[in-house]
Amino acid sequence: MSYLEYSVKTVPAGLRKVLYLNWPLVLLLTAVASVGFLMLYSVAGGSFTPWAEPQMKRYLLGLAAMFMVALVPIWFWRNMAVVAYLVSIGLLVLVEFFGSVGMGAQRWIDLGFFRLQPSELMKITMVMLLAAYYDWLPIRKTSGLLWVLLPVMLILLPTFLVLTQPDLGTAILLVTGGGLMMFLAGVHWAYFATVIAAGVGGIATVLKSRGTEWQLLKEYQFRRIDTFLDPNSDPLGAGYHITQAKIAMGSGGWTGRGFMQGTQSRLNFLPEKHTDFIFNTLAEEFGFVGAVSLLILYVLVMVFCIASALQNRDRFSSLLILGVGLTFFLYFAVNMSMVMGLAPVVGVPLPLVSYGGSAMLVLMVAFGLVQSAHIHRPR
Amino acid sequence: MRRTPRDSAESVRKISRRAVILGGAQLGFAGILAARMQFMQVEQADEFRLLAEENRINLRLIPPTRGQIFDRNGLIVAENEPSYRITIVREDAGDVADVIARLSNLVELDEDELNRALAEMKRSAPFLPVTVADRVSWEDISRVAVNAPALPGVTPEVGLSRHYPMTTAFSHVVGYVSPVREANLSRYEDPDPLLRIPRFQFGQIGVESKYEDILRGRAGAKRVEVNAVGRVMRELDRREGEAGADLQLTIDGRLQDYVRARLGEESASVVVMDLEHGDILAISSSPAYDPNKFVRGISSADYGVLRDNDHRPLASKTVQDAYPPGSTFKMVTAMAALNAGIIGPEETVWCPGHLDVGGRRFHCWKRAGHGHMNLETSLRESCDVYYYDLALKVGIENIAEMSRKLGLGIAHDVPMSAVTSGLIPDKAWKRRERGAEWVIGDTVNSAIGQGFVLTSPLQQAVMTARLAIGRNIAPRLIKSIDGVETPSMAGESLGLNENHLRWIRRAMFAVSNNRRGTGYGSRIADEAYRMAGKSGTSQVRNISAAERARGVINNRDLPWNRRDHGLFVNFAPYENPKIAVSVVVEHGGGGSSAAAPINRDVTLQALFKGDPPLSAYPSGDHARIKAQQERISRERQTRDPEGTSRA
Repeated sequence: MSYLEYSVKTVPAGLRKVLYLNWPLVLLLTAVASVGFLMLYSVAGGSFTPWAEPQMKRYLLGLAAMFMVALVPIWFWRNMAVVAYLVSIGLLVLVEFFGSVGMGAQRWIDLGFFRLQPSELMKITMVMLLAAYYDWLPIRKTSGLLWVLLPVMLILLPTFLVLTQPDLGTAILLVTGGGLMMFLAGVHWAYFATVIAAGVGGIATVLKSRGTEWQLLKEYQFRRIDTFLDPNSDPLGAGYHITQAKIAMGSGGWTGRGFMQGTQSRLNFLPEKHTDFIFNTLAEEFGFVGAVSLLILYVLVMVFCIASALQNRDRFSSLLILGVGLTFFLYFAVNMSMVMGLAPVVGVPLPLVSYGGSAMLVLMVAFGLVQSAHIHRPR
Repeated sequence: MRRTPRDSAESVRKISRRAVILGGAQLGFAGILAARMQFMQVEQADEFRLLAEENRINLRLIPPTRGQIFDRNGLIVAENEPSYRITIVREDAGDVADVIARLSNLVELDEDELNRALAEMKRSAPFLPVTVADRVSWEDISRVAVNAPALPGVTPEVGLSRHYPMTTAFSHVVGYVSPVREANLSRYEDPDPLLRIPRFQFGQIGVESKYEDILRGRAGAKRVEVNAVGRVMRELDRREGEAGADLQLTIDGRLQDYVRARLGEESASVVVMDLEHGDILAISSSPAYDPNKFVRGISSADYGVLRDNDHRPLASKTVQDAYPPGSTFKMVTAMAALNAGIIGPEETVWCPGHLDVGGRRFHCWKRAGHGHMNLETSLRESCDVYYYDLALKVGIENIAEMSRKLGLGIAHDVPMSAVTSGLIPDKAWKRRERGAEWVIGDTVNSAIGQGFVLTSPLQQAVMTARLAIGRNIAPRLIKSIDGVETPSMAGESLGLNENHLRWIRRAMFAVSNNRRGTGYGSRIADEAYRMAGKSGTSQVRNISAAERARGVINNRDLPWNRRDHGLFVNFAPYENPKIAVSVVVEHGGGGSSAAAPINRDVTLQALFKGDPPLSAYPSGDHARIKAQQERISRERQTRDPEGTSRA
């Protein structure tokens, strides 16, 4: 069903819309963000500065942005999808030339009050665009070769721009997120099977090429792979950070070492403890119980998104909600895998918990879209 | 574009199906994450906890206090005194150059040390203290402390350093400590981690070296929490170390100091042995050096002076030098002959001034000859021919056996460095070491302690002690360790015939107390303290036949290093022996003139435990002795103000 079909009269209007917000989702997001405040307070050694306080302000700002986006009808956002995508691409190109490079190799534009990372923005605008694309595309054409190649191009263009920054983490999220959007939209299995087979074959070829004349990666890149597979092989070099992160995590035990008692983070053994590795601080100080609780909160956010999407008969809305939920899932899944030594360290923050402005604001706006779709769903 | 209801329904169905599939996959992945958490935080928690503790906890050593060394009366011989140094912490100092400039206005800073410190500061972490001045005086430290506000990052620190208040009196016995060297570590298979501390003080010589492991004590440890760059955040707990054990020497510090002053700059050695437990009451080698200089690190100029001095202040002559014992060996030859039953005390030998053996003429020191000599007269007047005759009859093997019984030719177990075993030659030794057969002339030379025979002053004292009491007494230098008395070294009976010993002692008594005795000039007048002794003069050069024809050159006319060594041994009191004394004066000339007066003075000092009354000396010596006592007591006060006051 498309929004053109439903009776606008059944949709809540004015401030009444607030009552129709997906409140459990708002509460869940606030809970997750609060965990972030608590941990930022802890890693600062029991201080609201320099991280917890700005993070809280940003969250409030993000919450306000979410409400504003939520109150605007979803069909407006649908119409804005292409524009948003183009603006994002424009900004990505812009930072190629004018952006500043910071830690983690992400590029940003300084807007004065906060630093905008176009690559973060891109994750959401691409979801919007793909949702809009599949809403526009007649369903029977979904698996046509041309109609498959077009969204692939739309995904690969920003991915390429992000890779040149170089920001491998975001690139992976974009490709995976985009691919899964296509899967949700109903593209035929065979395409995915082909891509996965090609991918596996490609990786195998690259790994096999090591030490031969036609070696496909530089030796240092192979060594990075080695370090990921066995961090202990280089405990003081590249493996140091991940080893220390795992020690922090594991030493937490069942119930943790107590709030602000984590020696690994307090004594700076833990790298990037307020951004990418904040989960390890949580795991060290609150143990397995704390770590799993946060995981459950995340899963609940995801589940509420899926539930909301399943209720929604509007194709754009469903795809958008699923896409945002998926992006959110990819964030925390990749971050947790990486800090627990299940994946290479690629620089993906823990959503709403890691210190950082762009990611939080963009996510809150994305959840604003989810809320808008929820409020303005056909009834 | 409007979609047909069918299309819409299909869209919803398809999205729903795929969303459920994807949602399931997401939940599955979340399950994997949870399982990983469970594995790391529950299964492997202990392992990771251990790694975290290893990360944050550093073990720091706390050096123990080195054991002190006392004399037998509790006088301090080696102690630990506070030593001050000035350190700078770079990050606290801010502008290091500025702070050092201000510091140099207050304290004299050594250029080399400063440059080394600046280089070290560049290398090390900014929060680590770097020493800019070591061994600073208390005054300097006070000045720095008072001006602390103007000197950010500057800290006066205190440590302990070895100090020897008796300076030169004990240098050869106690030795010294100095910063541990690589060579010291090779002594251990698994060195104490303390020895890895830079500039840790390690006993290098003498008792400090031999009892290093006992004096050092055991390291304490503190566990500190450090952060990722090694900065100490706090101390978690500490286990105090065990201070090293205190040692008490058998030496009487007062007597030792007296001996040092009495010897002055003479190149000489004195050993005083107590006859009850074998305690070494004094063991002094002269000249000596100040061990405190070595603790601080002696300058090469100072060391050169000590090394090039022909009186060899660095040598511990009492135990590491061996001299021909000369006539002091005659007791051994006599005991061997008595023991073998070859002579009786009254049997006489005719001394014409020489004896011809194997085509070679052996002279008596008295060219005119002594005439008829028996045991007592021969020892009293030190007739050589009598002993040539005895030796020819008894043979070298018996003499060597008696020598060893009396403590010669063996290294005594005293904790000093390079203790020599001396040399008591026999036929097997000569064949082994010289590749030559023993000849009869060797026996004749050995009879009067010349030729191959070599003994150390300590061995001479042991020999005299054994003759005096007839027991297997051995020297003891350490009286107690950590308050636990060490076993007495009084020993068992030697199994020698008591009559033989009595005759020898009586002959030695005659040496000192008979008008014709060689030691009569240095007799003790007080009858309760009279001593029994024997002089010895050991030639450093061979006297050629031509020189003998011209007349032997008087010692005084020879250069110092070619003069004879003068030796004298004695025990006292004669009736009830308490101590044995051995004196060697290198190149001092005759034993009775160079050494015997020292024996007498030291004997009386030891028996009276202080300056003896003048009445103990023969009346003719009173004026000279009085002057000498005054000189020595003055010298002792100026050279060693603490020595007596601390007792």
